[in-house]
Amino acid sequence: MPNHQINPNKWIDLYSDYLFNYTVSRVSDREIAQDLVQDTFLAGLKSMKNFKGEASERTWLISILKRKIIDHYRRINSKKGKAEVRITYNDDSESEGDWLEERVADPFDKTAEDSMENEELADAIHNCLSKLPEKQAQVFKMKTIQGFETEVICNELNITASNLWVIIHRARTAMAACLKENWF
Amino acid sequence: MFIPCNEANHVCDKTQYKESTLWEKIKLNLHLIYCKACRKYTKSNSKLTHSIKVSNVECMDKKCKEAMKKNFEKALKDQINQ
Repeated sequence: MPNHQINPNKWIDLYSDYLFNYTVSRVSDREIAQDLVQDTFLAGLKSMKNFKGEASERTWLISILKRKIIDHYRRINSKKGKAEVRITYNDDSESEGDWLEERVADPFDKTAEDSMENEELADAIHNCLSKLPEKQAQVFKMKTIQGFETEVICNELNITASNLWVIIHRARTAMAACLKENWF
Repeated sequence: MFIPCNEANHVCDKTQYKESTLWEKIKLNLHLIYCKACRKYTKSNSKLTHSIKVSNVECMDKKCKEAMKKNFEKALKDQINQ
């Protein structure tokens, strides 16, 4: 079994987007997600000596993050005083007895399954992104995922437009190949 | 009218971000009629665009990431000095 190494210097570059994506789909608030990711990195740093190298760094960090997310939900629930589930039935005579049918799963509603698959796809995309050279990944993320204008990216990174398109082309070719191998 | 492969691929890349003009798209499609390699590239390129769209993949802002990095590096230093 390969013994995994731990190197916190690279954590933020390598895993922050992946962890953020994982969190934001679970807490649906960007700011809270950012805080939780930050907490995860700091907690990881503190308990580095517990890292046994049995799993990869990323898996290890995700396991910390999961705890943080659970803690987050516990905290907001205790703020409210309790975690309640309330079900109100419809008392109208007209629609009496409707509630049973209303609660049957809708076979045409595939959203849960879809979103699960999309989450796996997002994982695969992050995985492929982490294999790109740093510059390519950076430009590709800004252009494709964050949707910045070409001009803005060029100014920020101090590159020309034709330079940007060359980088984008290389990144897209690599990403398509990587996803083809791991997803399609 | 007829464009070389590298230009066709460039137009194809631009099309993924809706930044190509109509005339460019016409030239691209004309090229695709007789060029199998570019057809293949266009197909995988569109597929990539579609995957990214449906996955709702998210990234952190650059600013926020830098702030996080700063905090983290500070913590790392404290850890080493201890």
